[in-house]
Amino acid sequence: MTMIRFDNVTKRYDGGGEALRNLSFEVARGEMVFLTGASGAGKSTLLRLIALIERPTRGQVFVDGQNVGKLSQRQVPRHRREIGVVFQDNKLLTDRSAFDNVALPLIIRGVSDRDIPRRVRAALDQVGLLKKEKQRPGTLSAGEQQRVGIARAVVGRPKLLIADEPTGNLDPWLSLEVMKLFGRFNEIGVTMLVATHDLNLLSRIKGRRVQLENGEVVTPEDDALVF
Amino acid sequence: MRRWLQLHVSNCTSSLLDLRSQPIATVLTVFVIGIALALPGALNLVVQNGRNLAGSWESARDFSVYLVPGSELSAAEKLSTELKKRKLIESVQIIAAEDALLEFRETSGLGEVLDVLDSNPLPHTLVVRPDDSASGEQLAAIGEELDKRPEVDIVKLDTQWVERLNAILDFLNRVVIIATLLLVAAVIIIIGNTIRLDIQNRRDEIEVLKLLGASDGFVRRPFLYVGLWYGLMGGIVALLLMFIGGWFLTGPLERLIGLYDSELRLLGLDFTSAMTMVAGGVLAGWGGAWTAVSRHLAAIQPH
Repeated sequence: MTMIRFDNVTKRYDGGGEALRNLSFEVARGEMVFLTGASGAGKSTLLRLIALIERPTRGQVFVDGQNVGKLSQRQVPRHRREIGVVFQDNKLLTDRSAFDNVALPLIIRGVSDRDIPRRVRAALDQVGLLKKEKQRPGTLSAGEQQRVGIARAVVGRPKLLIADEPTGNLDPWLSLEVMKLFGRFNEIGVTMLVATHDLNLLSRIKGRRVQLENGEVVTPEDDALVF
Repeated sequence: MRRWLQLHVSNCTSSLLDLRSQPIATVLTVFVIGIALALPGALNLVVQNGRNLAGSWESARDFSVYLVPGSELSAAEKLSTELKKRKLIESVQIIAAEDALLEFRETSGLGEVLDVLDSNPLPHTLVVRPDDSASGEQLAAIGEELDKRPEVDIVKLDTQWVERLNAILDFLNRVVIIATLLLVAAVIIIIGNTIRLDIQNRRDEIEVLKLLGASDGFVRRPFLYVGLWYGLMGGIVALLLMFIGGWFLTGPLERLIGLYDSELRLLGLDFTSAMTMVAGGVLAGWGGAWTAVSRHLAAIQPH
């Protein structure tokens, strides 16, 4: 069972080069996959194609069996609701409390007002921020902000969670915490696709690695060594 | 369905809270909208009162036929019977010279002066009331014809200036229509522009909402409600302005009308017009928000 499948995908930006070149790869359901590679290798582009922030120039992208290239602009929101996304810059709304930020996906989904507090607190509890629900992002540390972002990504109980350099702004210790958190979500069945250039960190976490170079998948030599 | 309603109610109230967070800007915008809505409302009221006035003077289509001084009352009666048989004439009333003198003596306060005169200077008069169907031209023709008769001295037609007034009112009515269209357009533009700025200020938030899978409707709704609130509050302000203006003008106007000894009642703003004005504000608000939202929201895409 595949969760994500790229079939010969090429992405060319207007006025720029090819971010992805004839790329094919798969992520199985329930898998934990790390996308590695230098910045500019195409990691972000790959994730953006999954969340339909961009559309492929050529080739096909399947998410949970759906050819996302066939989705009309009107169907994009529904598709995005199926996926949890963690951003490097967390993209929290600074004028709202942690609670309100995490509640956003539920409000968008039309979850009833009665169920929202329970689910938001459950998500905040998972990232260890239950006591800080009333604080605004500006009063939280970088690590805490990123964890609020993660709580927001998982509160809608997505089957797939993608993260673009989620530890980019964090020190090694906090980065490890975040990765362990991802591990726990993966254990309860969430498919994870995490882009990171932090190889040091990955050496301490289990999961398959897919390395990108110049928009192409290069199978890492130590692939077999990873679990 | 309940969920949908809940969402709308929460959008509706939270957009009001958003407006409260920047009170000065909101109050200014609402006042501009209120003034823009009150102007056509007030103009319309002026024209309606003018029509009312003109209508009450329609009865002044009567014309007076003064006979040559010294002619016999029988001549007046003969002319009266003849006129009554005609089409377009509803009634003819004879005012005998003696009666006219008596009335003049009573109302003018010149009794003593009149005593000096040894004969009655006033002629017999016929007050001719034309049919409602008679046009101005037909009246003028009758007047002209009567004027040529030997026993008739002067024919006084009072209709011309009423017609002029009506023509002016017709013209003013068009002016009101144009003013209304322009000012409603102004309201739509004001609200559209306010909401456009609002959209720009909340660009980041809109982007995040879209990234999280918010539908276009979800993103659009709060802005539409903001427009609706602006329109509603503007409409209410317009009503208040008109009531204040009315209160300020009614006293002197009623005195003026009193001086003309008229039975005329001033037309105020009736319930239907008031509601139309508020509803117009709400529609213009919604419309303005819609134009802004449809033009600017789609342009904001996460990147």
